[in-house]
Amino acid sequence: MSHHEEAVLERPEILKEIRPAHLPRRPIVENGRDFHWITEKICGIIEGKTPVWWWVALCVALMVASYTGIGLLYLVSTGTGVWGLKSPVFWGWAIVNFVFWIGIGHAGTLISAILCLLKQKWRTSINRPAEAMTVFAVACAVIFPVFHTGRVWFALLPGYLFPFPNANAIWPNFRSPLEWDVFAVSTYGTVSVLFWYMGMIPDLATVRDRATQKWRQVLYGILAMGWRASARHWANYEMAYLLLAGLSTPLVLSVHTIVSFDFAVANLPGWHTTIFPPYFVAGAIFSGFGMVLTLMLPLRSLYKLHDLITQYHIDCMCKITLATGSMVGYAYAMEFFIAWYGANPYEQFAFINRAFGPYAWAYWIMISCNVISPQLFWFKKIRENTALVWVISIFVNVGMWFERFVITVTSLANDFLTSSWDYYSPTVVDIFTFFGTFGFFAVLFLLFLRFIPLMAFAEIKAVSPQGDPHHHAEKLTNRP
Amino acid sequence: MSKIHGVIALFDNPHDIYHAAKTTREAGYLRWDAFTPFPVHGLDKAMGLKRSRVPVFTFLGGFTGFWVGTAMVWYMNAFDYPLVVGGKPFFSPIFPFPVMYELTILLAAFGTLAGMFITNRLPRHHHPVMDYSQFARLTDDKFALLIEATDPQFDPERTRAFLAELGGHSIETLQE
Repeated sequence: MSHHEEAVLERPEILKEIRPAHLPRRPIVENGRDFHWITEKICGIIEGKTPVWWWVALCVALMVASYTGIGLLYLVSTGTGVWGLKSPVFWGWAIVNFVFWIGIGHAGTLISAILCLLKQKWRTSINRPAEAMTVFAVACAVIFPVFHTGRVWFALLPGYLFPFPNANAIWPNFRSPLEWDVFAVSTYGTVSVLFWYMGMIPDLATVRDRATQKWRQVLYGILAMGWRASARHWANYEMAYLLLAGLSTPLVLSVHTIVSFDFAVANLPGWHTTIFPPYFVAGAIFSGFGMVLTLMLPLRSLYKLHDLITQYHIDCMCKITLATGSMVGYAYAMEFFIAWYGANPYEQFAFINRAFGPYAWAYWIMISCNVISPQLFWFKKIRENTALVWVISIFVNVGMWFERFVITVTSLANDFLTSSWDYYSPTVVDIFTFFGTFGFFAVLFLLFLRFIPLMAFAEIKAVSPQGDPHHHAEKLTNRP
Repeated sequence: MSKIHGVIALFDNPHDIYHAAKTTREAGYLRWDAFTPFPVHGLDKAMGLKRSRVPVFTFLGGFTGFWVGTAMVWYMNAFDYPLVVGGKPFFSPIFPFPVMYELTILLAAFGTLAGMFITNRLPRHHHPVMDYSQFARLTDDKFALLIEATDPQFDPERTRAFLAELGGHSIETLQE
């Protein structure tokens, strides 16, 4: 017999002797919930009467969103002078807010696409709300590059942003990362919407089939595209899903790289460094996971989703936050080191100035929120304290806004010539326009919670233990 | 009397539908399908399905996107109104790369979604299986096997018996 055949025959013998222990894995769905329980749990949220708290939250969110509406109206009618920009700081809160929101969106794509390619089954409980967060975050982000042009009607036609010829028949400058941004962010927004939509088609079909009112049958029926759960369709669907995941992975990595090029391509000390692309991408994922935790932990308590978003899920999210936070901390240290090692006096000054100059207050907020707070996630006791995890996630978001602020403003306010230096402050219009975007995000997210299944329950069923065809049927509990 | 579309049976768990599908394929049936509320691991192999054609659409989209991006940047910055920026070349493969890359991904994504709908022949808002009394459970927690009347081996009585043997219940005959 050939060596291969001998090896094949040998394996069963050895296994009988050794009897390897079955490695227990933490279940993705706890308490042995069956498929119908999962369907009822998630669909139940969008069926039935709208709860009172939702209306209250919507009113508050609309009120906060109006700050952005009013701020933008005032900006367009009066002019960009209503913002705090003045020499030498011509990039202020607007670009900081833009990078902040785009960065938040990146976690959604990471969870959907990258964790899918890495076969991480726990992603199925959080991928739909995370993708929703991405789509809405991109919507909040694009407000800033569009409105900062002042004469917003020129942003589209003729081309400040999009490639249409302007009044002098000049096309946009494709050597500029600002133009690359237009393509990167539009592509990112569009592909995120496509991926999000395709992922929800089977779940929309379930909602359609459970609908008792005609308008719901029609609305969800149209969106579900006639999905009938055919195995032949699932084969094409799974292939398309994998392809979109494979496309979204290089997309998410490239989008924040291109955003980082807005800074890295310029010659300013503190900006012109090759660490920016990976540093920005890691920072984006870090801030995005902070926002995912901020959103999911209250939802988990509110809708009693403890069996679907388990401690294992929270642990995994905390660990990714810790890992990316550590990468960001490493990047800070490296920037400092290279500034010293590179013996460039302007670069050295830029970093001393960040820590001890007029914006030192912002710098130390950034360091404590980004470097110190995620390190707490090493400790299991802290990861298991949901309230504390939520508080740390808020710090992560605050810290990441300050990081973009520190990068943008310190390099501009104190650049090469001391006679040009000045201190930049935002105006009331800047501040309200930014905080209003949280209201806008909340309005969109509340609408999502009310009308679209909160979780990808078809995917959750597929990764649950009983979803495996080779799993021996065990007694399933159906506790309320 | 309207034509028969086929015979359908209900199964309770992924294990049962997997083995039922395997047996149906081995029995030589050609025009049949399984219905599952989620993709069951290995079911497409058990059914003998060939690899999906969606990647073809993805590739076509991506290829188009790449060349559209290249052509657009060349036309706009090097041909129609050559833009002088720091004495750099009017066109090189380096600076348009982000735009080419993003358009490749954008059109590939559109191709993928379109490919999924085209290969699945969706949207199709009505299909005979939706008249099955247990259809709502197919998107919830039950599994089904449907053998169509156009299959050469189809016989109303014998196919029903075959499905019952596989372990199916709630067997019904579907009309067109």
